[in-house]
Amino acid sequence: MKVTIDQDKCVASGQCVTAALDVFDQRDEDGIVVLLDANPPAHLADDVRQAAAVCPALAIIIEE
Amino acid sequence: MTTTVNPAENDSAEAPVYPMERASKCPFDPPPVQQAMLDQDSPLAKIRLFDDSTHWLVTRYADQRTLLSDDRLSVDISKPGYPHESVQSKDAAEGGTLSFATIDDPEHARLRRMVTAPFTIKRIEAMRPAVQRITDELIDDLLAGPKPADLVDAFALPLPSLVISELLGVPYDRHEFFQDHSKTFISRTSTDEERMGAVTELATYLGGLIVEKMKDPGDDLLSQIAHERVAAGELSVPEAIQMAVLLLIAGHETTANMIALSTVALLENPDQLQALRETDDPKAVSAAVEELLRYLTIAHNGRRQVALEDIEHDGAIIRAGEGVIMASDSANRDPRVFADPDKLDLSRDARQHMAFGFGVHQCLGQPLARMELQVVFSTLFKRIPTLRLAVASDELPFKYDGIVYGVHKLPVTW
Repeated sequence: MKVTIDQDKCVASGQCVTAALDVFDQRDEDGIVVLLDANPPAHLADDVRQAAAVCPALAIIIEE
Repeated sequence: MTTTVNPAENDSAEAPVYPMERASKCPFDPPPVQQAMLDQDSPLAKIRLFDDSTHWLVTRYADQRTLLSDDRLSVDISKPGYPHESVQSKDAAEGGTLSFATIDDPEHARLRRMVTAPFTIKRIEAMRPAVQRITDELIDDLLAGPKPADLVDAFALPLPSLVISELLGVPYDRHEFFQDHSKTFISRTSTDEERMGAVTELATYLGGLIVEKMKDPGDDLLSQIAHERVAAGELSVPEAIQMAVLLLIAGHETTANMIALSTVALLENPDQLQALRETDDPKAVSAAVEELLRYLTIAHNGRRQVALEDIEHDGAIIRAGEGVIMASDSANRDPRVFADPDKLDLSRDARQHMAFGFGVHQCLGQPLARMELQVVFSTLFKRIPTLRLAVASDELPFKYDGIVYGVHKLPVTW
């Protein structure tokens, strides 16, 4: 799984962090998404898919 | 070239009035006429508003997700054709009082990003002990007072007000002032004059506080706005005040209604309540909160937008200048997404619900709201296990015509 993020689209809802804490973080100054792991391990795949599904700005792109 | 037509185009006289009426004895369910639209062929249904204008209602989950991500739809309330909620909101739009909730990107993004820092998951988690303390103190006071008591007045309303005071950095000795005026502002028994008076008092007070915090900043939202934005010339003091008032209003009545209405829903579903009362698992509490958000969808007057150009969507056309209303309550009861949608099931995975909206305007305060609700519903029924309604449930005054759904009063005893 390969993950990319679009920081320009991000609206800092933080839902990706709640869904997959080891893969996504937020910038302290404005809450915009930071990608911690662009190639997350298989056991986190479902959480990452959940993060992409709940992102209100569609700012998370997954290539399986 | 497309030959699609809007099936409802020729029968606008038949268009039902929106918001529609809920069925009697089903206070938690969306209006039946609206729910029936989930099964119609077209993704759009024509509805009529208070001023006799007609607009499109979208009920299905997938259609709303697509359209709420479409930047050809605008949330700008000053645009012609925008489907207003009331005469008051129409007048406000003409008066030019726009906030970042009612303007489009890129200006929306610029303003929103100025206030997102306190809502990061880390910062919200850091507030959890304070919210727990506020919750426990309010329950202490409730238990020490007379019964029956009104849970709205004694618990649901003061809790978010105290939390927002904490978040903004309102000093403790001014919490009561802050709470009294925000209560006047949202009370249905206040006159327009009283409401204006309350908001003016709050704005004046917040303005003074912002100036103070420019000199002597603390670790709170107003200090951050004052220090980083106002001092840097990115925001004027009036703009900063407007933002603070918006956060206060947006986060007060919504959370209060969720607390009170969720309490009613749980008391009416004792098996679900028992499971919640007995769990110590934060994941189970969090799932329960998501399900309550889905099931109750208190923002029951829809997400409103206006088309900036013609939009073709799934065989239907929205013309430029036509209003579109997304019925979040119906999307959250769409059986294509949520099995057995009319059942409150605290163990289901409801995380993809639309209770906070969807798209770039999705609720800014949602991490705070979630945390507050998690604290409340992992505490209230443990501390007061015998909590129950003090009146029959069909005597509860539901806010059928409120901008946000809930109960006006919630008499409880224990």
